Amino acid sequence: MTGLQSMRTPIRRVRGLGAARSGTGHFWHQRVTSVAAIPLTIGLLLIITALLGRTHAAVVQILGSPLVAIIMLLFIINTAYHMWIGMQEIILDYVHEDRLKLLSLMANTFFVFAVALACAFAILKLSFGV
Amino acid sequence: MAELEARTTATAERTRPLSPHLQIYKPMLTMMMSVVHRITGAALYFGMLLLAWWLIAAAAGPNAYANVEWFMGSLFGRLVLFGYTWALLHHMLGGLRHLIWDTIHGFEPAERELLTLATLIGSTTLTLVLWVVGYLVMGGPR
Repeated sequence: MTGLQSMRTPIRRVRGLGAARSGTGHFWHQRVTSVAAIPLTIGLLLIITALLGRTHAAVVQILGSPLVAIIMLLFIINTAYHMWIGMQEIILDYVHEDRLKLLSLMANTFFVFAVALACAFAILKLSFGV
Repeated sequence: MAELEARTTATAERTRPLSPHLQIYKPMLTMMMSVVHRITGAALYFGMLLLAWWLIAAAAGPNAYANVEWFMGSLFGRLVLFGYTWALLHHMLGGLRHLIWDTIHGFEPAERELLTLATLIGSTTLTLVLWVVGYLVMGGPR
């Protein structure tokens, strides 16, 4: 233990942080989004099933109606956070080289933001017209 | 400073014992389904692009929407959608199983096998039911 640079032991520095430096926060958030995902996924599947075989005009009208749009937006926001945490977990498990790890984590954030924003924008456009 | 760097490198490069990985163990249902949970999660991650494409096309107009309809209606599109449906339902039921396990229930050997088998049978059954309903009642994707 001659390598200690301060009075803090390595275990004290590491405890509650983990590989992503944010502790057990994501573990808990993954559970919260999991629970929320169950009714939201059922909602999404019902909405999509109800839209099968309909014309574009009918699909636009239904997707833009408040209740459907709200369920879709909730699904998108919840799923975005859930998949961001999940992919981060996968990256931290398999990518150990620092530079590649940081680039992968960054790419994960960019991808999730872009996809979620694109979906949300489309729903809002369908809701408010323009 | 140099001394500190040398010490840090030495610590980082010290060979540490590794725990045995997947190939060491006999494949078991719970283990395989754990792997499948991660694979379906990753597939659904990229599958969100399909949802985004569909929504953007609907918002963009009839022409863009016709392209999505053409793709989803093709044999390849239907295969992708079928896989997507199963992955989504399997990941949902697998997640439900993990939530049950989070409460420290269902860990007895018979219980955990049953739970794992239930997610596999459940997701397959639900996928088939959803697709039969989709085809019979709503006319299926066109």
